[in-house]
Amino acid sequence: MISRRCSACKQLRRRCPSDCIFLPYFPPNNPQRFSFVHRIYGASNVGKMLQQVEEHQRADVADSLYYEAYCRIKSPIYGCVGIISILHQEIYHLECELAKVQAEISLVKADQAQTESQLAQGQQGQQREISPRISANSLDEQNGVYSSLLSSSFDLSSTPWFY
Amino acid sequence: MKSNEPRSTSSCAACKFLKRRCTPNCQFAPYFRSDEPKKFANVHKVFGASNVIKILNEVPHDQREDTVNSLVYEAEVRLRDPVYGCIGAIASLQRKMAELQHDLMVTRSHLAYYEAKPSSTASCSFVDYDPLNANMPSDFVDTSVSGGFLDSFSQNIFNMDQSGSTNEFGQFPFP
Repeated sequence: MISRRCSACKQLRRRCPSDCIFLPYFPPNNPQRFSFVHRIYGASNVGKMLQQVEEHQRADVADSLYYEAYCRIKSPIYGCVGIISILHQEIYHLECELAKVQAEISLVKADQAQTESQLAQGQQGQQREISPRISANSLDEQNGVYSSLLSSSFDLSSTPWFY
Repeated sequence: MKSNEPRSTSSCAACKFLKRRCTPNCQFAPYFRSDEPKKFANVHKVFGASNVIKILNEVPHDQREDTVNSLVYEAEVRLRDPVYGCIGAIASLQRKMAELQHDLMVTRSHLAYYEAKPSSTASCSFVDYDPLNANMPSDFVDTSVSGGFLDSFSQNIFNMDQSGSTNEFGQFPFP
């Protein structure tokens, strides 16, 4: 019978029982996996975190702990929280851009509607004098559309403190 | 500043929690004030006091406050979501970003349509067609969060760049 200790018990230099909680998630062929989580969380904390969830969730717990530990080792100051901040920033910029493009569509549609209505009334000769073209410079008239699009999109309440 | 005050009988939150004397050169005291006990309790529960000290010792002094703040944030998220922790938050943000990129692409094509649309009479066949209100394809983003996402997540996270480099669509290099 070949006894194979999990990488946790190997690194902790102890016997690996058959019901070792680490065994399914920290196999002996990947010592780095346990080494990282042990370095950041400690073996007993990892064991507690595995025990407090259902068995079918433990693989995901082990995986997420490993990825977070990897992030923290690679970036000791921010860890994976740095990634969250960057994603928040990206989302904010995308929402700004989306609101801008939607506002431009509203402007173009309003402009076209006005032009079509004047054409239909047969006032082509006068329309340039009477009705100046609606443009981005007359956003005051469109302000209700533009500002409402912007104000409804952003929720920064969950943004980490440093952005 | 509280850190420059003469030592009083009040311990920092860490020493109170650990039930030990808070010395003048306590490494926790600048970052875990006594009026924020939950902050240290959460960090201790997830990382452990000695691991926090080890992490702090790896970073320069002027960056330790940011380090502690990120550890506090990470601990809070882990306690709220014991299975996925911050990785779940990242996956959720990535999905939102993918949806926004898709929405932006669609909206830009709408803008191009309206800008190219001739402003002529009703005889034009496009006049009554409003692509914004037409039946659109269902959301292409797969929003399921199963264990499988961690497998694809792993292919990218080890190539991540903390400086925040993105591809041309501003998408962080995650799946």
